[in-house]
Amino acid sequence: MIGSIDIVESAGHWLRQTLYGFGVRGVLLDGILAFVAVFVVANFALANGGLMSFVWRREMALIQDRWGPNRVGPQGLFQFLADGIKMITKQAMIPRHADRLVFIIAPAVAAFPFVMAYLVIPFSHGSSLADVNVGVLYLFAITSLAFPAVFMAGWSSNNKYAMMGGMRAIAQLLAFEVPLTMSALGVVMLAGTLSTQGVVVAQHHLWFIIPQVLGAGIFFIAGMAENAAHPFDLPEAESELVAGYYTEYSGIMFGLFFLAELGTTWTLGAVFTTFFLGGWQPPVLGLFDIPLFWFLAKSYLMFGVFTLARFSMPRFRIDQFLGFGWKILTPLAFLNLLVAAVEVLWFGNVFKA
Amino acid sequence: MTQVRTPNRLLPIEVEKGRVDLAVYAGEDRKDLRSDLVQINLGPHHPSTHGVLHFFVTLDGETVVDLRLIFGYLHRSMEKLFEGRTYVGNVAITDRMDYTAAMLNNWGWCLCCEKLASLEVNERSQCLRTIAGELSRLSSHLIGTGVFGQDVGVLVTSVMWGFNWREEVLTVLDDLTGARMMYNFMRPGTVNQDSPPGWTDKVRKVMDGLPRHIEDFHNLMTTNEIFQVRTKGIGILSKEDALAFSVTGPTLRGSGVKYDIRRAHPYGIYPELDFDIPVGELGDCTDRYLVRIAEMEQSRKIILQCLDRLDATEPGNLGKAPKVFKPPAGDAYAEVEGAKGAIGFYLKSDGGLEPYRGKIRSASFINLQALPMMVRGWKLADLIAIFGSIDINMGEVDR
Repeated sequence: MIGSIDIVESAGHWLRQTLYGFGVRGVLLDGILAFVAVFVVANFALANGGLMSFVWRREMALIQDRWGPNRVGPQGLFQFLADGIKMITKQAMIPRHADRLVFIIAPAVAAFPFVMAYLVIPFSHGSSLADVNVGVLYLFAITSLAFPAVFMAGWSSNNKYAMMGGMRAIAQLLAFEVPLTMSALGVVMLAGTLSTQGVVVAQHHLWFIIPQVLGAGIFFIAGMAENAAHPFDLPEAESELVAGYYTEYSGIMFGLFFLAELGTTWTLGAVFTTFFLGGWQPPVLGLFDIPLFWFLAKSYLMFGVFTLARFSMPRFRIDQFLGFGWKILTPLAFLNLLVAAVEVLWFGNVFKA
Repeated sequence: MTQVRTPNRLLPIEVEKGRVDLAVYAGEDRKDLRSDLVQINLGPHHPSTHGVLHFFVTLDGETVVDLRLIFGYLHRSMEKLFEGRTYVGNVAITDRMDYTAAMLNNWGWCLCCEKLASLEVNERSQCLRTIAGELSRLSSHLIGTGVFGQDVGVLVTSVMWGFNWREEVLTVLDDLTGARMMYNFMRPGTVNQDSPPGWTDKVRKVMDGLPRHIEDFHNLMTTNEIFQVRTKGIGILSKEDALAFSVTGPTLRGSGVKYDIRRAHPYGIYPELDFDIPVGELGDCTDRYLVRIAEMEQSRKIILQCLDRLDATEPGNLGKAPKVFKPPAGDAYAEVEGAKGAIGFYLKSDGGLEPYRGKIRSASFINLQALPMMVRGWKLADLIAIFGSIDINMGEVDR
């Protein structure tokens, strides 16, 4: 990794030097740096989620033989800003018989896990916000918090469609959390660490998608199910439940759900990149050695792949879908663990960077 | 019998898989079994009720226990309106029945009028009618299959594709009649106007593109595994039930009954044309969907034959029609094969300028009656899929 340019780290270094030059020292210096870092990453997460809504819509339009948003800004790039302004200025209706408190906090609960997940996502070798030694565990703990939000929204709306959506969400969470975590466990076994940065470093010689192809497949499907994205969007199922759990939401409260869904899809792409596609490492050693570039390129690519499935697949029925999770994906995930164990036994050395 | 072509049958059919036996609801022990039933009003503004249909559904969790259909939100009292207009003026009203295939409604009305007054229609008019009618059927089936895809959950991709191709069909119909949906094209004994020069080539060009579009539908939906588990063996309408409910059209043929008005009670120039009647085997959602797709191919075949015949006739010769259409007193009933099923008109004349009484047998209305029986025991998602596979049009249900 010598000679690679870490833009994020350099920027941090520059800021530290500058502040030091102004005479800022000690805890204050660390505090300011931490604040700036969190501010930048959290805003990147939200803005990126918004931007993804534009990408998503244009991609959908491409597949459906139509234009999509192409009026605001170059090629409609600023459409998400216009949408955001519209949603913020719009009245957010609260139904009379709704559970007001839960109804109001549900969108916020939905939108915060994917921002929090950025804490441990390794953007490049020196720069994840926190290189926690249980990063993988943290990631799964924090992202699964999105489902209670869905249930809160569904339950508090006092609407039968919303309630059914919330119920479906919980059933889905239970069925797919197990294979999702199990498939990532194979990666953890190969890497020998729970740190996300450690997982990336362990892929120095070989990306985990090759030894863990089964795991990657399970992670891909279960991740989409966790994201509740089409074709697994049973909680919102627009042809059956109108809009599912957010039927009663409007204005920015709806906007937050929407943002959370697309933001989570991008985060999912980033996590997939981290676990299986070598994170910030270039595909060929030394090729265009800017870690941040490779990380973002792979993540956006994965976002594209994840969303591609959304426009071209019909939706499962709830019992078929849960059956698929429990009867097919979960046993396969356990099988994958066995595969990982054998691989660790035979070629464990490859992954010791 | 011509069976429908099933591209790559990937998964075996598991009949009735996922259906709940509703016998449990009859017993008393049901009370201590579990929860209460939930009643939901789906519609009349629900995204997948194809207009303003209102389902009153009783659910046990996700399982449909009972379904009541409530409609009439689009009622325009057409049968009464018939009585206040001339026979020719009423053609425009029939456009508003099944507005996705308005030509076929026109045809049904005109056929009945011709029967009433014993009128003959000449070759060129017949060809134009057949082409226009089959184009209409094509556009209706493109919507039907596309929207069925959405009901099963292909987001709006299949709808957009269906609508885009329908646009090509509507363009040629626009060239012929000057309207995209409400054609008001046929007249008792003739048609409203002749085709513009070069029109037949345009239609041929559209027909050339059709097989590729159908292949796209197969690639997007038919061969998709999720689509198959959602539609195969689901919502079976048996032959006996279909006949008992007097279901017609692709819904009946999906159940394996080879009944098509164009062959069973021929009209127009259909007896001279070469085409097949595709039928399904099982009567499940897949069969109904595939019958529609196969019918599109057959419509294309019919149109191509008629285009050649049309080119052979003399332009401008649309036959003789009475200036004032005034049939003798009497009554008549005529049926045509509409896009959704048999469209029948019964007319009673008292010798005046306006019909004394008119009655419509609408295919959608009658096909819809089989729905409550078909969905009991299936999940809520299946209700939408089965309903989509029947392909009704609310304009025709409520009239």
